[in-house]
Amino acid sequence: MSRLMFYIIVGLLMVVGIATSVQRHVQFEIPWLPGEQRQVWEIEAGITFNAQNGPVQVDLALPSHQAGYRVLTENTASSGYGLAYQADELGRTARWTIREAVGSQTLYYSVQMLVSQDARSPIQTPPEVPVATPWESPYDTAASQLIEQAWARSANNATFARELILDINGERQSENARLLLTQENPAALVVRLLNQAGVLAREVSGLLLEDGRRRQTLSSWIQVFDESGEEWSIFHPLTGEQGKPDNLLLWETGGRAVLEVQGGTNSRVTFSMMTHDQPASAAVRNHYSEDTLLNFSIHSLPLEEQALFQTILLIPIGALMVVFLRVLVGIKTSGTFMPVLIALAFIQTTLPTGLIGFLLIVAVGLIIRNYLSYLNLLLVARVSAVIITVIAIISIFTVLAYRMGLSAGLTITFFPMIILAWTIERMSILWEEEGPKQVLIQGGGSLITAVLAYLAMNNPWVRHITFNFLGVQLILMALILLLGNYTGYRLLELRRFKPITDDEKPS
Amino acid sequence: MSWLTNWTWPTRLRDKGIIGMNRRNIRYIGRYNSRRLYPLVDDKLKTKLLAQQYGITTPELIGTVTTQFGVKHIGEMLTGHAGFVIKPAKGSGGKGILVIEKVEDNAFIKPSGAKLSLTDVERHVSNILSGLYSLGGSPDVAVIETLINFDESLMDYTYEGVPDIRVIVFKGYPVMAMMRLSTAASDGKANLHQGAVGVGLNIATGAALRAVQFDRPCYSHPDTGHDLASLVVPQWETLLNLAAGCYEMTGLGYLGTDMVLDRKYGPMLLELNARPGLAIQMTNGEGLRRRLDLIERQPDGVPPKQRVAFAQHHFARQSELVDSKPVESSDTTSTGA
Repeated sequence: MSRLMFYIIVGLLMVVGIATSVQRHVQFEIPWLPGEQRQVWEIEAGITFNAQNGPVQVDLALPSHQAGYRVLTENTASSGYGLAYQADELGRTARWTIREAVGSQTLYYSVQMLVSQDARSPIQTPPEVPVATPWESPYDTAASQLIEQAWARSANNATFARELILDINGERQSENARLLLTQENPAALVVRLLNQAGVLAREVSGLLLEDGRRRQTLSSWIQVFDESGEEWSIFHPLTGEQGKPDNLLLWETGGRAVLEVQGGTNSRVTFSMMTHDQPASAAVRNHYSEDTLLNFSIHSLPLEEQALFQTILLIPIGALMVVFLRVLVGIKTSGTFMPVLIALAFIQTTLPTGLIGFLLIVAVGLIIRNYLSYLNLLLVARVSAVIITVIAIISIFTVLAYRMGLSAGLTITFFPMIILAWTIERMSILWEEEGPKQVLIQGGGSLITAVLAYLAMNNPWVRHITFNFLGVQLILMALILLLGNYTGYRLLELRRFKPITDDEKPS
Repeated sequence: MSWLTNWTWPTRLRDKGIIGMNRRNIRYIGRYNSRRLYPLVDDKLKTKLLAQQYGITTPELIGTVTTQFGVKHIGEMLTGHAGFVIKPAKGSGGKGILVIEKVEDNAFIKPSGAKLSLTDVERHVSNILSGLYSLGGSPDVAVIETLINFDESLMDYTYEGVPDIRVIVFKGYPVMAMMRLSTAASDGKANLHQGAVGVGLNIATGAALRAVQFDRPCYSHPDTGHDLASLVVPQWETLLNLAAGCYEMTGLGYLGTDMVLDRKYGPMLLELNARPGLAIQMTNGEGLRRRLDLIERQPDGVPPKQRVAFAQHHFARQSELVDSKPVESSDTTSTGA
């Protein structure tokens, strides 16, 4: 294969790996560091009504992704009711249905919203200007006067809306306004007058988020579109303040009713909420998002499989460590990837217990293997005997540790027994052929590699990155391919070949 | 800072033309040694049969034992042979090699003087067959060959073991050579890392260039005390031609050939290695890089004799063991080729 092809493949792996990682970082806001905390709001809507002994249908408007907030998860509690989520261009709704219900009913809907600065609201379709219901006299003149005054003092839709709100509710409240307020509530009046002047506007419902508040209700806000019908802004219906407060969660933005109950009376919905910070990675895990091929992620798996993958995805890190230490440093290990498996065991046992356990098992195993060599067994039988020996050693140590009250000793069972048996076998042959010094060199090398691999794999940042960014695997692949192409000196060769460079000087 | 003095800079190694493990693996073994040819050198019996085909001298084959049933007939096979060696075909690192110097009254006597009975020999062969000494424990074949009577001229340079000569053959050109002398420290084995003395040899003449033990220069054999400067391998050109011929025989481009000198038959091929080590650079005090680069620029299809002459001409060097004593002109040897 030509070199060019090789570098193209490596480059491609690199680019794809980095691109998918950056894409995940940008699109799903998965931070590069594990420690970051994200604020999450837990909001619960409680719907109560009296059922009238017949079929009931309850429609509740649901919040969507919007500026400043992102929907993580949502749940409902409603025993006996059928439930369907629906979505159209005006927003999402949940519909509960039941054939027969009697007496006081309570339905719950809870949602987790992630506070995120970069979240964008979906494109909103502006409402059509409703057919104006004509005012009766004398309200018609009052309305047109209000509109004329505000129009004269404004430059565009937004300023017109502000002026109108101030005229109706502010200090400048006029006779005309007071007259009209007898017919409509403030928010509805403003929207009606705006529509009458040909400005696209509607009433939306929002929830002001405050930690630990219970039995809250939605408040009305006025959404005013600009002349083009694309940009909009939110106005407080009483103060005329423009802009959405940071703690305002828009619940319903379609101009429809928040709650509709058919077959029930006295219906109301109240909200309770609380906030808490959680690690960004956990917040990400709860991410509510459509699974397309692009956001291919481990997080779509059940929790149990996710935990398994967390370990599997770390193995390439250990492999990279081994390649690095063997190719660049030149450390000798017994069994190429045995150190990675030992490092995986260390993750379960913690380092000190793991080290002590490993040394104990190998030392005792070597002594017993030494005796087995006198029996002149065939290799497969001998290794099988060593495996049984290793299991016996592990059992004895576990029981002893438990009797002595060392619960840490129980984790010794996490060691891969077959691998340990082979390690003992190899060390033993090495001892016979090359002497104890080589056993120390290779055993020590394996142990150093295992410890370094453990430190790399157990690093919280590494765990976070490998688990959340699958693209990193491609980058690791590219790095390993590059290392496999390295023809330079190993670090330890600088020492090995030192004598050659020496004797140049005297002569 | 004292520990720093044990280290050198990569640039200095590169100036010396030293080749590291990674470069050897990728650039030479990976490029010139086709994987499918490995079995030819990893199985000593195959190597031996191939060598016979190509007319390369090897220790004479007495016979092979391939089945446990055949073990019973080993006594008949051995009658009439004074000294012999039993080795596993796929053994590594000299494991499982049994040397019998002579047979007296049905007792087999090892070089150390220990006596073995026929049953002991049979058990050893049986162990070889069951894979006790082979890589991975796979079933093996026992190879029995005549004992080498190594050349007296080299007797003083070694302690207990047989000195062997390693020649690195690259694309059929002998590029570097060394002799390995066993010592008491190496326990009669010719393994450099166990303490054998490595002597770099002048490719032109077969004379000693430089000697190291444990990677440090030495000037005389640590056990026999014999001066190493006087060491010259006899029948050097025959030996080089033998080594160079191994390229045609195996097709391996980067090859380590291990040879011995027999009193009667001269240079003999003992075994081949498809992954020869880098210690030869230490014994020669020179990197392989420049020589390999030069060979890579040579055209293919040059006959062995010309390749040997080329190497003798270009790789001639002066000994570091003798003070400013000129090496015999390399021209005489090359014209002789």
